[in-house]
Order: sequence, then C-alpha cells, then structure tokens
Amino acid sequence: MRALSASVAVVLFVFAGSALAQQASRHGLGTPATLEQIRGWDIDVRPDGAGLPPGKGTVEQGEKVYAEQCAACHGEKGQNPAKGFDRLVGGKGTLATPKPVQTAGSYWPYATTIFDYVNRAMPFTAPNSLAADDVYSVVAYLLYLNDIVPRQAIMDAQELTKVKMPNADGFIPDGRPDTEDLKCKVDCK
Amino acid sequence: MSLSRRRMLASGAALAIGGLSSTKSIEAKAGTIPPDVPEWMHEQGRPILSPAYGLPSKFEKDVVRRIREPRATDTEAFSVTPLQNLHGIITPNGLVFERHHAGVPEIAPDQHRLLIHGLVDRPLILTMNDLLRFPAVTRIHFLECSGNSSTEWRKSGYHSVQRTHGLLSCCEWTGVPLSTVLGEVGLKPDAKWILAEGADAAAMTRSVPIEKALDDALLVYAQNGEMLRPEQGYPVRLFLPGFEGNMSVKWLRRLKIGDRPWHTREETARYTNLLANGKAYQFAFEMDVKSVVTFPNADRSFKAPGAYEISGIAWSGRGHVTRVDVSVDGGATWHRARLQEPVLDKCLTRFRLPFNWQGQPLEIQSRAYDDKGWMQPTRSSLIAARGTNPRYHFNAIQGWKVAADGVVTNAST
Repeated sequence: MRALSASVAVVLFVFAGSALAQQASRHGLGTPATLEQIRGWDIDVRPDGAGLPPGKGTVEQGEKVYAEQCAACHGEKGQNPAKGFDRLVGGKGTLATPKPVQTAGSYWPYATTIFDYVNRAMPFTAPNSLAADDVYSVVAYLLYLNDIVPRQAIMDAQELTKVKMPNADGFIPDGRPDTEDLKCKVDCK
Repeated sequence: MSLSRRRMLASGAALAIGGLSSTKSIEAKAGTIPPDVPEWMHEQGRPILSPAYGLPSKFEKDVVRRIREPRATDTEAFSVTPLQNLHGIITPNGLVFERHHAGVPEIAPDQHRLLIHGLVDRPLILTMNDLLRFPAVTRIHFLECSGNSSTEWRKSGYHSVQRTHGLLSCCEWTGVPLSTVLGEVGLKPDAKWILAEGADAAAMTRSVPIEKALDDALLVYAQNGEMLRPEQGYPVRLFLPGFEGNMSVKWLRRLKIGDRPWHTREETARYTNLLANGKAYQFAFEMDVKSVVTFPNADRSFKAPGAYEISGIAWSGRGHVTRVDVSVDGGATWHRARLQEPVLDKCLTRFRLPFNWQGQPLEIQSRAYDDKGWMQPTRSSLIAARGTNPRYHFNAIQGWKVAADGVVTNAST
C-alpha cells in the first residue's frame, strides 16, 4: 500500500502542470451534492429532450394560460405586444430582409428552448412558477400560433423534442473575424 | 464667527472699497484664486468617517451611470458607464455598467450555494466560505456587453460616448480559477461544455466551452479590491476574460458539465448575430479588437485653440492591444498614439496623443490593433461583411466630428 501511494505520487509529480495536476491538487472543500439536492435545482432542458419533465399540455389549455399569464406583455395571440416586449408570433421569411422580425416562430431553432425559457424565467412577475403541464401547454399554443403544430397537438417530452422549427438550420458557427480590412499588414506590433 | 468667515468679510470689505458691492461677486472673489488664500485653508475640513464609506466629491455628481433610453421595465434593462469622465483604465465600482435580465437579487452570502454537477466524479455544493478558501488570483480585465455600440449598425444619432460605447467597464477581479474548482469535482472524459446559471429571477443561463473553462475562466467574488457589488453578481459570478459580457453569469448558483451546448434562449434568440443572408453566427464569444476616443467628447471638448491631449481606450478580447492610430481628418492620415502602461491581455489600454487645435473642424477617429494581428475595421467593411441586422459585436472605427466651436457629434449620423 505504501509502495502504491509512492508510485501514485511519482505519477502525479510527472504530470504536474498538465490537466492531471488538477487531480493532484484537490483541496477537499465543499460538500457532496445529493441527488435530491441536484433535482431541486436541475431545471435545464436541451434540444435532445434531456431535462424535460413528465407532463403534457394542449393548445387549448395553453390559450387559457397565455391569456392569464402572458398576454398582458406579449399581446393577444402573441401579435401586438406592449411597447418594448417581444413579439412571439410571425416574422417568417423576414430574416434576410432589412427589417427582420425575430420571433420564437421565425428565429428560435429549437422548441425545447421555449420550454426551458418559459419554465425558468416566465411569467415575468412570477418566474419559475408554472406547473410543467402549463408550460407544455403554453409552448403548444405558441407553436400553434406560429403554424408549426396543429390545433389538436398535445405536447410532452417526446413530442416537443420531435418538433422541427422553421429556422432550425439558420445558425452557423461564428465566422469572425470576417471583414476585409481587418488583418494588419505593415508595422503591426 | 469662524476664522474663515471673518476673513471673508474682511476681504469683502476691501473689495467693496474697490467698487464691487454685490454679495455674490464679493463671495466669488473672496477666496480661492491667488493672491487670495482659499477659506478651506483656514478651517478644519470634514471629520473622518463622514461618510464611513467614501463617496466622490459633490462636484462630480454628474459622473453617473445612465440609461440609454427608457425600456419596458427597469429590471430587464441596462445602464451605461460614463467613459467620458474616466481617466485611466479602471472603472470605479459604482460606475460599472449594468445589464440585468430580471433585476438585481439581494443574496445573503451565507445563504448562497454553488452547485456543480453533471459529467463529474464528485458533484459538490460550495458555500462562499468554501470558495474563499481556494487559492485565489487577481486579474485586470475589461467586461463588454456584446451589444455595446450595437446602435451604430444603423447610425444611432447618439453623440455621447457613454451612450455609444458605455456597455464597457474594466476592473481588477479576484476569485478562484474555474479550472481549480473543476479539478475539485473531477471532469469525466466527455465533458465538453458547461452550463452556467444565475440565481436571479431569469435564472440567466449560458453554455461555456470547456476549453475556456480550463483556460482563464474565473469564479470571481471581488472587484477592485472589495466584494462584488450586488449589480455585478454578489456574492459570486463567473468571469470569462475577453468573452461577451453576457456569458460572465452573475449570482452564479449552478455549473452543470455536459457533452454539448444547451442552446438556451440567451444563445439562440439572443446573443446570436443575424447576417444579411438570414443566417446567424451562433456561439460568437470573443470581443473583437476595438477602440474609441473618449476625449474630446460631447460633454467635454476643446474650449479654445491651443494644446490638448486626445485620449481614449482600446481593447481586444483576443489578446492585448499593440498599437492605436488616431486620425483627425476622418481617416485620411493617421498618427500613432502613445499607449499608457500597463498594456494587459483582455484589458482596456489607455492611449494618448498630444494635439494642438487651431479651431478648425475635425473628424477624430481611432483604430486599434491587437497582438493576434487583427485590426479594427471600418464601419463600411463591417457592414459589407455582416449587413446591418446583427445586434451584437459591432467593433468598427468610431468617428467624432468636432465643429469650429468645439461641439462634438457622432460622425456617422
């Protein structure tokens, strides 16, 4: 055992300065997080559906929730928001024009992101307060208003992950620096 | 009667004999300019601890953060730093720009927790006391919102540098390298991205590539020597040097390690860069090389012909500034400015150029270069590359027109 520890120490010494040095310099600080503790805070949702909770929602129920929780700022049917608030519906076909309208329907690449954002940050006056069924419902309603799902659609983890958004292929990796005059040519340093 | 009051009256009497009778002009004369000795040399000043936490002189009351224009709410909002009033490279804590998505939470440090989980060997909960026990580092870096100067894509009409460039600050930041804390939890081999989540009401969330996390990312708890201001993420924020400000998540409550990005609202609907062809750059992290002249400016300018110093700030999220050129003729000819030491990576650099103004109209510009060989582009070349639809990462050369009367206006209006 003593010999083993010594050889581990030698290995760590050799790798000091590399990523493995992290292992060598543990400080023993902090408290192990239990699964239950993690569950309470683990609210993120990914495009592959990871993180979506159990539950389901309908367009009809979403219309009700939207009218109560969302319409005051975002406007009836997501169309005519109060000044300064996001429009949630429309804008399809405008992204390559001088006046793009970037809504959840026209711009957002993943429906799961709508769930994640509504769940964590909305409604504005009481964030993270909607039941999972209500979040699924509001998302179903917004997708319906944007002609992405039919009125009878029922959204749950599986269905939401399957939704193909109109602008799903609209994002490309950062292409900067991308201007013509940006590379210094003479006496640059 | 205080000594100074007696002297003032005596002095006033003398002046009155000289023909000045109004109290106002007597007080203006009585005092400060040689050969008179100012009254504050004849009496004790304010006592210590008044106040206990020091404040700027009352004569500096206009040096404050401002809003650019009213927004729908004052919690999903931002304020801008008065760059026109700052002199070195450090932004005082009370003047650091703000950008909040759901206001400033009031978090008691002993109640705050940082949860680290996901693709790790040992999920951990850290208290502030835990964080303060790790080996710390202090670094000076700028923080710039990627929306800074975004109004200039479409010619803002703003003449104040506070409004055009004030989503920019620079502080000394102290905290723990994120790599140290990741060593503590142990990364799994497929760890590629980290989700950083704030404890504000927006639970503001961004995906950070693991390379940045292991490079120079910090968990910051202090700025300019004192604990973070609440509006800067008290008690702890992520800090990603050189990256767009939004990613330096404030009030940090959770880091989740994963194998791919999350595509959160703040990296899809927002903080993406819509190009003229309808496609959008996503995950555009680094702030490009940029500079701006901060004197003269719309609030303080040349008052009469004679000697001045043109001054400004330059920075690059990709490295350090190597050179700044200044033009006073709208970019036709350029003069190399002096760079004020220290010149640091991902940090504001102050530049200075002596200038003798003869009262002629000018267009002053500055153009910065960084050590990676990048040069600040013109507005027209930036727009040729990306159009006018992006809301972020505008880093073009800024022109200021100076009229014959010294009034400064935005050259691109």
